[in-house]
Amino acid sequence: MSDRVSEQGKFSHILMTVLGAVALVAVFSWSFLFMRDGSAPRPVIALVALLVGVGGIWGLFLVADRLVALLPGRTRDLLRPYVFITPAFLILLVYIIYPTVRTIYISFFDFQRGGSPVNFGFQNYLRAFTDPALQIALRNNALWLIFVPLFAVSLGLIIAVLVDRIRWERFAKSLIFLPMAISFVGASVIWRFIYYRASFGAQIGLLNAIRVALGAEPLGWLRLEPWNNFFLIIIMIWLQTGFAMVILSSAVKGVPSSLLEAARIDGAGEFRIFFQVIIPFVSGTILTVTTTIVILVLKVFDVVYVMTSGRFSTEVVANMMYNQMFIQGAYGRGAALAVIIFIGVTPVMIYNIRRMNQV
Amino acid sequence: MGHTLAIQKRQKTPQEIFRRVMLNLAVACIVIVWTIPTFGLLVSSFRDPVAIDSTGWWMAVFQPFTHGHWTLGNYIEVLTEDAMGNAFLNSLLVTIPATVIPITIAAFAAYALAWMRFAGRRLLFVLVVGLMVVPLQTSLLPLFRLYNDVGLAGTYLGIWLAHTGFGLPLATYLLYGYISQIPRDLIEAAEVDGTTPMTKFIFLVLPISVPAVASFAIFQFLWVWNDLLVALIFLGTSVDVAVVTTRLSELVGSRGQTWYVLTSGAFLTMIMPLIVFFSLQRFFVRGMMAGSVKG
Repeated sequence: MSDRVSEQGKFSHILMTVLGAVALVAVFSWSFLFMRDGSAPRPVIALVALLVGVGGIWGLFLVADRLVALLPGRTRDLLRPYVFITPAFLILLVYIIYPTVRTIYISFFDFQRGGSPVNFGFQNYLRAFTDPALQIALRNNALWLIFVPLFAVSLGLIIAVLVDRIRWERFAKSLIFLPMAISFVGASVIWRFIYYRASFGAQIGLLNAIRVALGAEPLGWLRLEPWNNFFLIIIMIWLQTGFAMVILSSAVKGVPSSLLEAARIDGAGEFRIFFQVIIPFVSGTILTVTTTIVILVLKVFDVVYVMTSGRFSTEVVANMMYNQMFIQGAYGRGAALAVIIFIGVTPVMIYNIRRMNQV
Repeated sequence: MGHTLAIQKRQKTPQEIFRRVMLNLAVACIVIVWTIPTFGLLVSSFRDPVAIDSTGWWMAVFQPFTHGHWTLGNYIEVLTEDAMGNAFLNSLLVTIPATVIPITIAAFAAYALAWMRFAGRRLLFVLVVGLMVVPLQTSLLPLFRLYNDVGLAGTYLGIWLAHTGFGLPLATYLLYGYISQIPRDLIEAAEVDGTTPMTKFIFLVLPISVPAVASFAIFQFLWVWNDLLVALIFLGTSVDVAVVTTRLSELVGSRGQTWYVLTSGAFLTMIMPLIVFFSLQRFFVRGMMAGSVKG
């Protein structure tokens, strides 16, 4: 475009571009100080933040493109793609590549003894695996890892098959899927209310009210080791079943009706059809949903953090990592836990992405 | 209507009718069990504090006039005194740019990856796919220390960029999948009158990519809105910057038995996702599925 403009036009074009770049930098630095200073009324700060955040990124790309357009032909064409990819590359470098390498590095050092960090070899890992607290966390993660996918996927599949045959399918599905929209923190509060035990007066928590109505004593569900783990796991099952159901539902709808008819003519009952026709047909989808939930559960943090903070033997690895890193300042041990999570998640992720590519 | 249709086809045996009833009952039971937790919270949030503590919320449902004691006071108190209103504003301030920025950066990169030639293209692509498998947990500590050194800790810009980093590989991957499928003819047709790659991207590629962008936008919006860990570490819990999730988890810690605060507070954190859920359900499901491989 800029190739054909006249000399005078070119000059004003350069001027405008340079001015634009200067203005962008000025706005960025001014707004950052403005927001950090924080003396302006909050709605004003909010508006500035939104405009700078949303507009700034576009301004950045547009100004960079204009600047490159000023260069002579060949250089310009060579540099243009980098206007598009440099921000992405820099972000990946700073936010994932550098910190991951650094975390792995830190995991081999000990920071607790004051002064400069000491090279610790595999001590952090050895210590992590011999530490009784981590043993409990690993056991709990294993419980989560078995029961959340098992129940969420089984329930999701059963519900998917059931709702396929009713008239109010969409309504039923959206109510079961709805918890997916709720944050883990919100869900935790919802379930705290259900598990609540009042120390005096009426039991307003649903479960204890039912117990009292049946003539039993109210229970402190979240302190009931080791069952409290299952009460936390139920929350995650409640959240994830809808996800499994929606994905499995579309798979179940893909089962050819001729296949079902043939099975019925052969005299197969509904249960046999479910186990011998539907499950084999959707097994690929079952695997995908399972691995997705496995990844989520390997990193489970919020529910435990909000419900028990890992007390009463409900600790999980991700919550322990958070505590070590940000509460106790045991960087080396926290980093080792992060690496353990990394090693647990990565193979499943690789598998998942491969599968996604095939679909 | 359904009945007449069924009768026209053929008469149903009593056995079939029984089955149908049982099926509907079973689904109804499941739906009720799934909805009760949220429903109980919603009902309680509109009851007078004394009423919440003296009778179960189900009493207010069965006898709304004698046991209800309905009020909006809980919401007013939690919004003002417990700073949930402020947190709501903060959540919007964090979430909107933390959704727009990664999508923008990812869309530019995806376009270049799909339709431009440059040195390092393969490397970048391998990087994007490879980094999808890295969980954000391994980034937290070094970034936290870096943020403290450069003064980004506790700033909006800091958390926007953090969410951008953690969402970028998936966003780029998904948008690349979509943008690379645009027919070549369409892209080349735009080349005739000397357009630059930038104008092609803005006026042709972006408008075509709206469905992919919308799906990812919904996923990222909800992810950021519902996130606790990243907000806890990079924004912190001080009242002036805390978002709804960190604020609510603080309330659980400090006012763990004050149910009129917790129920209304929890519901406030859910309003935004629920609006998105009910208004954009189709995109919502698609977005959740697209985002299911987030590391």
